[in-house]
Amino acid sequence: MEFALNKEQKDIVKAAREFAAKEFTDVAQDFDRNESFDSTLWKKACELGFVGVFIDEKYEGIGYGHLEQCLIAEEFFAVDPGIGMAILFSCFGAELLDLFGSEDQKRTVLPGLVSGQVRLAMAIMESESGVDIGSLETTAANRGDYWEINGKKSFVTGGDVADYICVLTSTGPEDSLPERGLSFLMVPADTPGLSTRRLRGKLGIRAAGAAELSFSSVRVPASNLIGKPGEGFDAVSRFFGRIYPTVAAMAVGTARAAMEEALSYTNKRHAFGVPISSFRATQGKLMEMATKIRAARNLYYEAAWSVDNGIEDSALSAMARRYAGEVGVRCADEALQMHGGYGYIDEYKVQRIYRDAKVLEIWEGVREMERHMIGRAVGWKEERKS
Amino acid sequence: MDFELTQEQRHIQERAYRFAMEVIEPMAKEYDREEKYSKEIWEKACQEGLVGVIIPREYGGAGLGFLEVVLIMEQVSRVDLGSGLAIAAATFGSENILFFGTEEQKNRFLPLLAKGKAISAGAYTEPDAGSDVASIKTTAIRKGNKYIINGNKMFITHGMACDWMVALCLTAPERKERHKRHSMILVESDRKGVEVNKLTGKMGIRSSETTEVSFSDVRVPCENLIGEEGKGFHQLMHFFDCTRTMVAAQGIGLAQGALDKTLDYVQKRRMFGRPLGLHQDVQFLLAEMATKIELGRNITYKAAWKVDRGDTDPVLNAMAKYFTGEMAVWVCGQALKIHGEFGPEALYDDFDVQRFYRDAKILEIYEGTKEVEKITISRRLF
Repeated sequence: MEFALNKEQKDIVKAAREFAAKEFTDVAQDFDRNESFDSTLWKKACELGFVGVFIDEKYEGIGYGHLEQCLIAEEFFAVDPGIGMAILFSCFGAELLDLFGSEDQKRTVLPGLVSGQVRLAMAIMESESGVDIGSLETTAANRGDYWEINGKKSFVTGGDVADYICVLTSTGPEDSLPERGLSFLMVPADTPGLSTRRLRGKLGIRAAGAAELSFSSVRVPASNLIGKPGEGFDAVSRFFGRIYPTVAAMAVGTARAAMEEALSYTNKRHAFGVPISSFRATQGKLMEMATKIRAARNLYYEAAWSVDNGIEDSALSAMARRYAGEVGVRCADEALQMHGGYGYIDEYKVQRIYRDAKVLEIWEGVREMERHMIGRAVGWKEERKS
Repeated sequence: MDFELTQEQRHIQERAYRFAMEVIEPMAKEYDREEKYSKEIWEKACQEGLVGVIIPREYGGAGLGFLEVVLIMEQVSRVDLGSGLAIAAATFGSENILFFGTEEQKNRFLPLLAKGKAISAGAYTEPDAGSDVASIKTTAIRKGNKYIINGNKMFITHGMACDWMVALCLTAPERKERHKRHSMILVESDRKGVEVNKLTGKMGIRSSETTEVSFSDVRVPCENLIGEEGKGFHQLMHFFDCTRTMVAAQGIGLAQGALDKTLDYVQKRRMFGRPLGLHQDVQFLLAEMATKIELGRNITYKAAWKVDRGDTDPVLNAMAKYFTGEMAVWVCGQALKIHGEFGPEALYDDFDVQRFYRDAKILEIYEGTKEVEKITISRRLF
């Protein structure tokens, strides 16, 4: 067993922290208020090597592991979750290509993700079926040398700015089990028939846009199929198993942001003649926050380490995400409470963190899939009452 | 013991809910998005007889009790907390006139509130004095027959909309006994030296007007003293002991509204071939939500009922506010989570529960943070 980060990993943490503190701090409030983002930040992050660090050297990546991506995510989110998401989700889907993509697909997309020329997005959910991906309505029909896609995808993070989108479609045959009739297709964003609508009014993580994508007779070459036909359901599951450690790290970063705000405020603010951090009740809350953050971090370290060591433990990944999401919400709640009335106005960062945390808890989790991942490991019986 | 509401009380409840659905509901999303306060809702609520119902008949009011105030607050908050506050807080601060004012003050100010001709505000909190309200710095120094007031107030609801505010000031800043330094003084908003700024960027209750107020050499006549000089702190504590039930009622209403919306949602949205509401984990959560709301309702009604019987119980009031605030935050969080079982759509503000989640948190903060309530409770336990 080895719990210490190596020298290189420590340097990554330091560099990520410095970059985020320097670049995010002054713009975060504006991005949150206006639901906006400045893409030059994403490019800068790519230039400095923070994006897609797990991508193989063969595709011009650095060839680090998922743990290194997690470390970067935690540091970015500890400064601002919205900006962290806008940057790091530019390669959301690279894990899918890594697992299932063809050599050609990898060569087309992966190098650009690293260098900051290309952004990728995952279109999984639909507004009418939500997380129930067994009942998707978006279809892709096999027309020999091309696929024709029709339907609508929603809540696509980064869908408003992506150059390529991995779209989960129903490819049939119609009488197959829903789990066997799904396939991913890679769709260039400028393909005719594809239109994008940016979603507005999100609770938090507002720097990272999300979109609804409409497909009307969108045609992509047969070679754009990711993996084999019917592999989509399995692909979603394995994809989430890979990215959950990173999502967990994001939540840990968010929790840490809350903790840091809480600490600096309670050390400064006085009530009844003393700093409020000297009250035992406040200390109790701070201890609880610090403990949970540490526990959540250890969990994602292990989950990321497992991925990097070729141990596919999706239950562990799901547990890490689940727990870190809860810790984020809990820490943000306590931190805001310590700020009193000031925590309720957006001049204070903790208000943004409170909203961001709740989004993270709900958002990139396909909860039902988490249930299956953890359920398999725990070993409960899955029988439906008739 | 009798747990039934009277027919009149049920009638008020229905009237308040109908009003909220007809008048507030259509505006709620827009007011939240634009952070817009408008007097329109208050004006209509006055016409409907929902404002200042505790003002006695001899001063033009309905002469009802705090329980009726609670019933109204609960029903409007079920629809929108911010706009509900525009109604409830329209008389805020002037309860002090009712409790401690002279006959002349009551005759002069209370009928205006009851008739919907004036709005009042309570100005206690300061930038550096929140939970520790005794540490305020605003001074009111007597000079001849006037007080000269200097200082800053923070998070004041209706600071711009109001016609007057009842401000907590130091009239004896040097006095050794910390709790004998304060007095309550009524300050008309059009006095020279009163400056008010609207605070923007609130997370929730965005349709309610929140302001910061500064007093610089504001002169008011000594007749504007409410109650006794040097008793301001104790008067304020009594004020909170009574008015906390209103905030508790907001918590019940908001939580009930979140449950209402979630119940609709789980019947409408299907997952794996059946409505979300048929999934057992969702059902259990709904059961927990409903149970906690009912507990909050009972403790709040009891607390208000005791106030109305002249048997005000500070511990019970503090318990009611602390419990319902935390309960509302929890219920709204669960409501969002249940919506999230289906997908992330409720994270967008087209869905009311998203607003409810942002609104809820204020209930653990204003009118005394829940920590202050815990102090109030624990001090009297042993």
